Amino acid sequence: MSAIHIPVLRLGQTYRSLDTIKFNVSGQPLEISVANSGLIRRDLQQLAKSGEALRAIPCETLVGYMEKAAELYLHGHLPWGDGERLQSPADYVAALSQLTGLPHSLGRSNMGKVHAAMSNIRAVISGLTRGMPLELFDRGFVRQNGLDVNFFAETNSLGVLLPSNSPGVNSLWLPALVMKIPVVLKPGREDPLTPFRLIQAMIAAGFPPAAFGFYPTTHDGGDTLLFGTGRAIAFGNDTTLKKYAPYRHINVHGSGRSKIVIGDDFAADWPKHLDVIVNSIAANGGRSCINCSSVLIGKNRDTLADALARKLAAIEPLPRDHPDATLCSFANPKSAKAIDERLEEFLQVPGAVDLTAKYRNGPRLVEAHGQTFLRPTLIVCDDLNHPLANTEYGFPFASVLQVPQAQMIGQIGESLVVSAFTRDQAWSIDLMTSTNIERLNLGPYSTMRVQWEQPHEGNLFEFLYRRRALQGDLVAV
Amino acid sequence: MSSKLTPPQAQSALDAWTRKMIAWHFSPATGCDYWLKWAKTAGWDPRKEIKCFADIAKKFPHFDDDVLRTEQPERFVPKAYAKRPYNVFETGGTTGMPKQRVGWDDYKTDYEEYSDHYGPDFFPKGNWLMVGPTGPRRLRLAVEHLANYRGDSCYFVDLDPRFVKRLIGMGDMAMARKYQEHVIDQAATILRHRKITNMFTTPRLLENLAERMSLVKAGLKGVFVGGTTMTPQYVRFVVEEVLENKINFAPTYGNTLMGLAISKKLTKADNYSLTYYAPQPRATLRIVHPDNPAELVNYGDYGRVELTTMTKEFFVPRFLERDEAIRRPPCSEFPWDGVGDVRPFQSLTKTIIEGVY
Repeated sequence: MSAIHIPVLRLGQTYRSLDTIKFNVSGQPLEISVANSGLIRRDLQQLAKSGEALRAIPCETLVGYMEKAAELYLHGHLPWGDGERLQSPADYVAALSQLTGLPHSLGRSNMGKVHAAMSNIRAVISGLTRGMPLELFDRGFVRQNGLDVNFFAETNSLGVLLPSNSPGVNSLWLPALVMKIPVVLKPGREDPLTPFRLIQAMIAAGFPPAAFGFYPTTHDGGDTLLFGTGRAIAFGNDTTLKKYAPYRHINVHGSGRSKIVIGDDFAADWPKHLDVIVNSIAANGGRSCINCSSVLIGKNRDTLADALARKLAAIEPLPRDHPDATLCSFANPKSAKAIDERLEEFLQVPGAVDLTAKYRNGPRLVEAHGQTFLRPTLIVCDDLNHPLANTEYGFPFASVLQVPQAQMIGQIGESLVVSAFTRDQAWSIDLMTSTNIERLNLGPYSTMRVQWEQPHEGNLFEFLYRRRALQGDLVAV
Repeated sequence: MSSKLTPPQAQSALDAWTRKMIAWHFSPATGCDYWLKWAKTAGWDPRKEIKCFADIAKKFPHFDDDVLRTEQPERFVPKAYAKRPYNVFETGGTTGMPKQRVGWDDYKTDYEEYSDHYGPDFFPKGNWLMVGPTGPRRLRLAVEHLANYRGDSCYFVDLDPRFVKRLIGMGDMAMARKYQEHVIDQAATILRHRKITNMFTTPRLLENLAERMSLVKAGLKGVFVGGTTMTPQYVRFVVEEVLENKINFAPTYGNTLMGLAISKKLTKADNYSLTYYAPQPRATLRIVHPDNPAELVNYGDYGRVELTTMTKEFFVPRFLERDEAIRRPPCSEFPWDGVGDVRPFQSLTKTIIEGVY
């Protein structure tokens, strides 16, 4: 059987590269074309045409396309690659699982998340623009509450360096297309499938092929993409963050270091919310940057930690296609081993105990069902300066600390999501005015919670568009 | 440089050349101080024990090019050249003392042979432009000699690769890009205002230049490149898109120690995979096992590139390059082994700053 070949998409043209990455998926070969950086640079010079193709379509129509694409992505048979063969949703989930270690169950739930982001695109766009009508993207101008409002695109494209850890992150770039900004994507090495399937669904729904650049490429190609687009998003770790931090046009998503902070008014009631905390730590295999990696409580640390450790230790590795599988395997077993060794090294530093060790059924690092897993790990830490206290790894991992409520905001550092279990009004205001929290959930909610009308990991509209002061009374649009 | 010899005839010619060069470099009347003293210390006389090229691999250790940094260049001057001032050419280097070699006419010979390989249709008569490292490198003199040898003149735009490597090492990618733009600005200006027919540059600069303008419309007919790894995909990209399938393309592999290896003319069967052939017998490339460099790898396998240079000016036995390549068989143009799809040694297992210019 000939290999399935996922090509480069050059803003409307498919292209087979002579450089390829080869995988084997369910016994059939899968090749991914790899673009050289010069090829990407040449294509980026054509982005004006891509923008024109999107601008020719009314925004309302694009919204309709996105809603249709949502159904195609979730249910449709879409091109696997550049050949005739079609990929069913089950094919996609199975292949995704094999390449990334994500169990089928989580693959399907991620499909659901992305589908929801697409089918709720009106709410998403409305949330990003604070309710401005869609015609803003057709005319650049709307009248809102008697005020003329003019926005203009600050970029001709959005470049995105995608990760492989979780397909759900693809929902972040989708609204750009409805805002008439072409996208230029570098898929993660292990997950070219999700962005390719999304693009195929969107093209089938009516989006112009010229609006999509899809470039599996090297680090050099990734840099080309980041520096060749007017606005870009990069996912990565702290090193990525440091590398791209000086560049204002690049929005870097590093480690999330998301947290649950339990106010004094909830500190005695933690048993009622134990499942929410477990969900925050372990949902999606612990792979998301919005997974909770630290729990802070003013008192009752040890009883809370013990209960959490028992619950987390009960999560066992299961085969990828098991309906109850929630733990992800590592596509690269060496990564799992390195993380395990690092944790053991840090556990030698006084002030931290792995509470799950005494409850789990064997070592943290385990070979099971032909894969390599790290079992969930809960660490009790004495203070936030311990190397395991405020960090995250790509599996269910969290620390529990006892910190006085009054000191929590000052100590948590940069946190992507904070779920604050509190009804304390004064503290809620302090949390809302703090500068180190990107997304704040007030109440006993999982850090994984998504509300479509709220911006996610920064406001994409404000990243892509800028408001211009518009004065005078001769607006002729 | 291409040869009408059969592979056995080419081997005989290499063996005869080896005996001649060993006699030259290890004779007190003609050899240089460095190799004569080396032979005394080694305790054997190469003139007696080296009978053919294969003996070099059996008898000589690998050349340590660090001596080109630590020893004074005068030590490498053959007595026969003692009365002629020499050129000093430097290799790579970023900080500290660079490696240097002495030379007189080798670069002319290398580039004349190279020029003779390509007819007037490949590099038609007209001005040349070199965009790349000039400074202490022999490339600058060599390219000008190539142009002059063909009856043409050459314009130059300099690029300092040591500065680029330093910027990248410091993580200052923004400044590295600005410097690259500065170089390309100058090259584009020359191309727009002067009649340029042929060009030498590095692959990366070539593609950058083509992002500014159509090189076909700029009047280029022939392009000669060297410098960095070119995968088959990269070659295809250059041929199809950068050169628009209309400009003759001559990729080369070379350095200050070797000279210039020419790439075999690409056929459809090559699928853009390049194979270079050393200017044998003056320089010979072997592809050896990385863990046992005494042994050649099989045809079709990757191994480390080993260079032996034997000219009257310079002797370098068994130098292990920082590159690996596929061992390829002789072809109709070159009756000796070639090296294919060259890339930095162990590039699949370590990070290397390459292709910076």
